[in-house]
Amino acid sequence: MPQLASAPAGVNDFVVKFANVNGTGSASANSLIMKAIFRMGVPVVGKNFFPSNIQGLPTWYEIRVTGVGWIARSGRVDVMVAMNSETYSRDIAEVSSGGFLIFDSTWPQPSLLGREDVTVLGVPLAQLCTDNFEGARARILMKNIMYAGVLAALLDLDLGVVRELLAESYAKKPALVDANMKAIGIGYDYARKNFDCPLPVRVGKLDRTRGHFMMDGNTAAALGCLYAGATVGAWYPITPSTSLMDAFRGFCNRHRVDPQTGRRNFLIMQAEDELAAIGAVIGASWNGARAFTPTSGPGISLMNEFIGLAYYAEIPAVLFDVQRVGPSTGMPTRTQQCDLMSCAYASHGDTRHVLLFPANPEECFYMAVQAFDLAERLQTPVFVLLDLDIGMNDWMVPDLKWEDSFQPDRGKILTADMLEKIDRFSRYLDVDNDAIPWRTIPGVGEKGAYFTRGSGHNKYGGYTEDSAEYQEVMERLTRKFRAAAGMVPKAVVDGDGKASVGVVSIGSCDGAVREALAQLRADGLAADYLRVRGFPFGEEVESFLAGHETIFVIEQNRDAQLKSLLTLETEVEKRKLRSVLYYSGLPMSADCIVNGIQSAMATGEAA
Amino acid sequence: MSSAIKPKVEHPGLPRNSLGLTRRGYEGGMSTLCAGCGHDSVTAAIVQACFELSLQPQSVAKLSGIGCSSKTTAYFVHGAHGFNGVHGRMPAIAAGASAANRTLKYIGVSGDGDSLSIGLGQLGHAIRRNMDMLYMLENNGVYGLTKGQFSASADMGSKSKKGEANDHEPIDPVLLALSLGATFVARSFSGDKQQLVPLIKAGLMHPGFAIIDILSPCVTFNDHEGSTKSYAYVREHLQTPIATDYVEARREITVSYAAGETVPVDMHDGGRVVLRKLDADYDPTDRAGALAYVQEHQALGEHVTGLIYLGEGRRHFHERHLTPEEPLNSLPFDKLCPGKAAMDRILAYYR
Repeated sequence: MPQLASAPAGVNDFVVKFANVNGTGSASANSLIMKAIFRMGVPVVGKNFFPSNIQGLPTWYEIRVTGVGWIARSGRVDVMVAMNSETYSRDIAEVSSGGFLIFDSTWPQPSLLGREDVTVLGVPLAQLCTDNFEGARARILMKNIMYAGVLAALLDLDLGVVRELLAESYAKKPALVDANMKAIGIGYDYARKNFDCPLPVRVGKLDRTRGHFMMDGNTAAALGCLYAGATVGAWYPITPSTSLMDAFRGFCNRHRVDPQTGRRNFLIMQAEDELAAIGAVIGASWNGARAFTPTSGPGISLMNEFIGLAYYAEIPAVLFDVQRVGPSTGMPTRTQQCDLMSCAYASHGDTRHVLLFPANPEECFYMAVQAFDLAERLQTPVFVLLDLDIGMNDWMVPDLKWEDSFQPDRGKILTADMLEKIDRFSRYLDVDNDAIPWRTIPGVGEKGAYFTRGSGHNKYGGYTEDSAEYQEVMERLTRKFRAAAGMVPKAVVDGDGKASVGVVSIGSCDGAVREALAQLRADGLAADYLRVRGFPFGEEVESFLAGHETIFVIEQNRDAQLKSLLTLETEVEKRKLRSVLYYSGLPMSADCIVNGIQSAMATGEAA
Repeated sequence: MSSAIKPKVEHPGLPRNSLGLTRRGYEGGMSTLCAGCGHDSVTAAIVQACFELSLQPQSVAKLSGIGCSSKTTAYFVHGAHGFNGVHGRMPAIAAGASAANRTLKYIGVSGDGDSLSIGLGQLGHAIRRNMDMLYMLENNGVYGLTKGQFSASADMGSKSKKGEANDHEPIDPVLLALSLGATFVARSFSGDKQQLVPLIKAGLMHPGFAIIDILSPCVTFNDHEGSTKSYAYVREHLQTPIATDYVEARREITVSYAAGETVPVDMHDGGRVVLRKLDADYDPTDRAGALAYVQEHQALGEHVTGLIYLGEGRRHFHERHLTPEEPLNSLPFDKLCPGKAAMDRILAYYR
């Protein structure tokens, strides 16, 4: 865990934020800057705040440069690159005291000069582009690249690294490398000539990104699906999960197409809606393929009936819920952890589901692989709950490890040979006394044939309306769900367990929680920390809850859904749990946690 | 759906197919539908068709949604896997199942509620995707399990058992399938086994989506005077422009037809559909003509039956997705997982 920086924002410890108009190509300039800092060996955190819109609305990108390696948003803004005149007033208001604001000074902007504690740096970007480039589109695009050049001078970025990145991006269009470098050079030279470069907030080379790469969680989850051997993906496009299937398609096109025949060892079906998407996943899994669907909250709502079928008929299915702000359509491009309850108990009747909670893209990869194993081992739907912050933002990720000895766990499937050796196959009979029955794949032979149904059935797989037969199967399903608690990823526990205060959190809160706990520790408050990674909760969750008198549950939703789940599904006394909730839709930063815990402690509320 | 186990007793003299199986080998559980239900006749026709085609029972997958019709998948080919899913969503399960294993024969059985109300969207998209399956719609114009409400296929003015007249225009699955581009569109009558069996055989062998709308009267809720889906009404108002025979590859074609009267169409299994023209002006390969013909006869209160349209040239689901001949569910893991070396290259790209 990184140590708290004692000095004020400065070298390798600051935030630069870009205010842009969406649809103008600013994303590539912003990611170029972030990647350049990363390549200089300095850890970065990138967050994209974008509208649910195609073109013309405000969009922001934030890069936290954190030499010590924090992983959450910081909450401050040291350098604002204000490229959107419509948001000038709020952008300048957001700059932290002592910070800098860069804007396009082609047109005078007296409104930007209102703050005496902020240094405003004007660069006539539009004018410079008009002077140096032809065509309206090129001038807009080059304006973005040009501010990257200005920042390179102000933040002391290595121009060699910038050129190297451009050369990689435009490997197939080398002319563009020169055009972009020309724009960078113009911005760079202008800044060097007119300002005192570099700024006190700047980048200094380190060696702390070796063994890491930059990836978003959706791409990492897609990579997990590829490596898990998933062959069928069915989906209906929905923000913020769309890029998961896009990435899966990209990986498959590179790694799953037979070079001789051009045939594809995968099938991606864009369904007519989420109902059809999960239906296809269930059909494919029933038929022995590894299948998945990526979706978000509204999709989960639509899939409910089918999820109950898969639960009751015991069919594997893997669902990725990239959570976004609800309820209803909510704010599709903002992040939240608001589907915990709707996934845990999805569908009518008595249903409970296996959930995995990755905190970062690294876990997205490993949990994606594990989700398929669990779904087949347990013969049930498995949900991987990421969120927009994990799914769509680029994170610094430790190198993923893969062993070629890996073999997937396909669970209890009777082959034709195995069927030969038994008298009779019954689909839902608990022959091994582990609450998990054997299944067969269609086509295996007449002896293995059975009828799959969502209507009442007995342990032999036959239709029933007999109370005892119905309950017998339902009770086994409960035992199976309990067994899952020992199979899902164990919670991560930090601390010696002796602190009286415990903190429980989940998913993408992790970075902010760790940073907050370090601050609290510096202020004299020690707390143990548990991050749940799976549902049903394991023994370690139960004992952590039992071992702490005051427990703060930190999560990103209004209704304290994790706290509710803990209350419902563990032995914890409700009075011990205190919520720290954050549900603005923006990625969490440490300050709200520090404030939440400190104020509760101060008022004695949590004593 | 409920079903009772049928005792497996076979008369030694029963005819056997090329696999050595009798018809009994293609039966399923005992039906629990009402005595005289049209759906049971459809079940018998499916059994006969599978028997005559000598299908390996395990090479069939039976799929259905919810409703009386959807129960019937339990009543045929007991040696096949069956899946009784959720209401109106059988096509999605079929799509996934087919994606996983393209080598099975998918028989979907649905009804007018399952296909034309709750499942209209899924039916439409199954046609659009050109799923490689036989989709049988047992159409009785009424909701049986909930006791007699009109379905979306009930004709305007048709009377319910309680005497109410239906006040909505029907959705006709044949017109729907024709307009969405289906390449095998047929209608039949549960009481006409001679017509139905060859249609089922041809539909099973058709590459791509084959739909048979089967008028299958509900004896309990829709078999009265004033209903346009009763046995009596359907029998009296059938109009069949084309008779269909299905000739298996291995059977020598001994019947000769006079030129101009028959249209032989070769199927991908080497079998052949032979269409006999009962109406000399009818061309079953003309989609627009077929649409017009069905609509004209509908206006006269007649149900057009037989193989109404047979077309070619539309790529089916797997052709569009370029899947390999080997089913995706059988590909070895090392063909699917790129491995450690590829991981290193992938990570390098993201540094």
